[in-house]
Amino acid sequence: MTVDMAVLRAEFPILSTQVRGKPLHYLDNAATSQMPQAVIDAVTTHETQARANVLRGVHTLAERATDAYENARADVARYIGAAAPEEVVFTSGTTSAINLAAHSFGALLSEGDEIVFSLLEHHSNIVPWQMLRDRRGVVLKVLPVTDDGRIDLDCLDEVVTRRTKLIALAHVSNVTGAVTDIARVVAAARDVGARVLLDGAQAVPHGPVDVAGMGIDFYAFSGHKVYGPNGIGALWARRELLDEMPPFMGGGEMIRTVTVEQTTYAPTPHKFEAGTPPIAQAVGLGAAVRWAMALDLETATAHVNRLTGRILDGLRERPGIRVLGPLGSQGRAPVISFEVDTIHPHDVCTILDHHGVALRGGHHCAQPLMDHCDIVGTTRASLMPYNDDSDVDALFEGLDDAMARFA
Amino acid sequence: MDTDLYHARILELARDTSTEGRLDAPTASATVNNPLCGDRVTIDVIVENADISVLGHKVRGCALCRASATLIGAHAPGHDAASLKVVAGAVTAMLKHGGPAPDGPWQALEAFRPVADHKSRHDCVLLPFQALVDALDQAD
Repeated sequence: MTVDMAVLRAEFPILSTQVRGKPLHYLDNAATSQMPQAVIDAVTTHETQARANVLRGVHTLAERATDAYENARADVARYIGAAAPEEVVFTSGTTSAINLAAHSFGALLSEGDEIVFSLLEHHSNIVPWQMLRDRRGVVLKVLPVTDDGRIDLDCLDEVVTRRTKLIALAHVSNVTGAVTDIARVVAAARDVGARVLLDGAQAVPHGPVDVAGMGIDFYAFSGHKVYGPNGIGALWARRELLDEMPPFMGGGEMIRTVTVEQTTYAPTPHKFEAGTPPIAQAVGLGAAVRWAMALDLETATAHVNRLTGRILDGLRERPGIRVLGPLGSQGRAPVISFEVDTIHPHDVCTILDHHGVALRGGHHCAQPLMDHCDIVGTTRASLMPYNDDSDVDALFEGLDDAMARFA
Repeated sequence: MDTDLYHARILELARDTSTEGRLDAPTASATVNNPLCGDRVTIDVIVENADISVLGHKVRGCALCRASATLIGAHAPGHDAASLKVVAGAVTAMLKHGGPAPDGPWQALEAFRPVADHKSRHDCVLLPFQALVDALDQAD
């Protein structure tokens, strides 16, 4: 079975745009994916027919808005395999989701408790834990990476101790594309009674995940990487954990009663959603995951894996290029980082931009990994099912041009 | 390419290592980082009688950044802090507001004019100038 690319691509209006007089070849999906018309329409319909604040109003639009917002929560719960919508807390994205966990779960930790993350984490899964360390005196421990860009899980026994309270790792690396073996992580955590948090920002775009089935405790992701709008994401956590955790921010919407002396809080998940939430964005995210669930995942994955293989093969054929990450398409997501000998990633990206190719260059908010590899950054191509062979052709045409210019 | 950012003169300057290298006993040194990409520029200066007598630099950066540092290495010695800050201001204005390139040997900065259309790359050219100004402030 093949993907009908003409039909699929037609659902994404931006793909027909031009960049510098060239057709757009969008290969920066790991930074932000594009939205199908169904998502754009859902946001527009909400804003034109149901725009109101949620949870408090009793007029018709307020009820429509509340229904749309909570229906989106249910859609997200279904997409990630949550036991109930109440386990999904809307946030502004992965970063705010992890910060929420760091503040609220972190409030349950004591000085000397240990948190484990890895060397390849995005800054959003490093900095909040460093800030927690500075607030509460927890101890941070770091898992190294293997030569092929995976978290070195052979070191779990050495790094995880009886003091470990949380293991916080990328489900998929935003640099190397490596998929983490979650079963091993969960087993190590369970041995010592630790919780597991996954940064799912790069995993969620490539198919439904099963948070309950994985045996983890927290899952964070962003809507804009999974066909949705900016400014919306979610933290999933087990209900009992959310009930135990104190609120992160205080304000409207998250209370049960307030007196001048004290406040009682709304139940989970609303106690974590202070203030007016990003309602239209949540509605858009709901539409995005519904769109994603309707996609023929098996066919789409095979298509994306084939394109990934083409890119990996093409990079290997060119002298002076080194791929950071797994060289095969197994155990990896379609996030491909590479270093071009003697050409800075931003020079590669600027030249490719003139070919209509959108890539990401730089440290990818993973400076510890870059320091470990002793490089300033990489060039990264990342795929979604709407990419096609013309995108890969344009990538290599531009890359050959860049290499010829700097030869 | 509609705007040739990487024309021959830029690539020539980027490859030029004649002014590269750290100084053993500088009057002042400054290192600046570009948080966007992780690029890093270090500039060492020896200042005598108010003028830079010797300048060294180390660049971990893109072609634009290296080309910019090469021009600084070639032309900053013999000038004082005040005149070099005027040059730094002029190249900033050239990129951000279409102003003229600075006078004299600094006319060579005209090579960077195509960068003006690429806002995300302005800092690549300006990072070595920022390091230069920081070093001069320290030497002051």
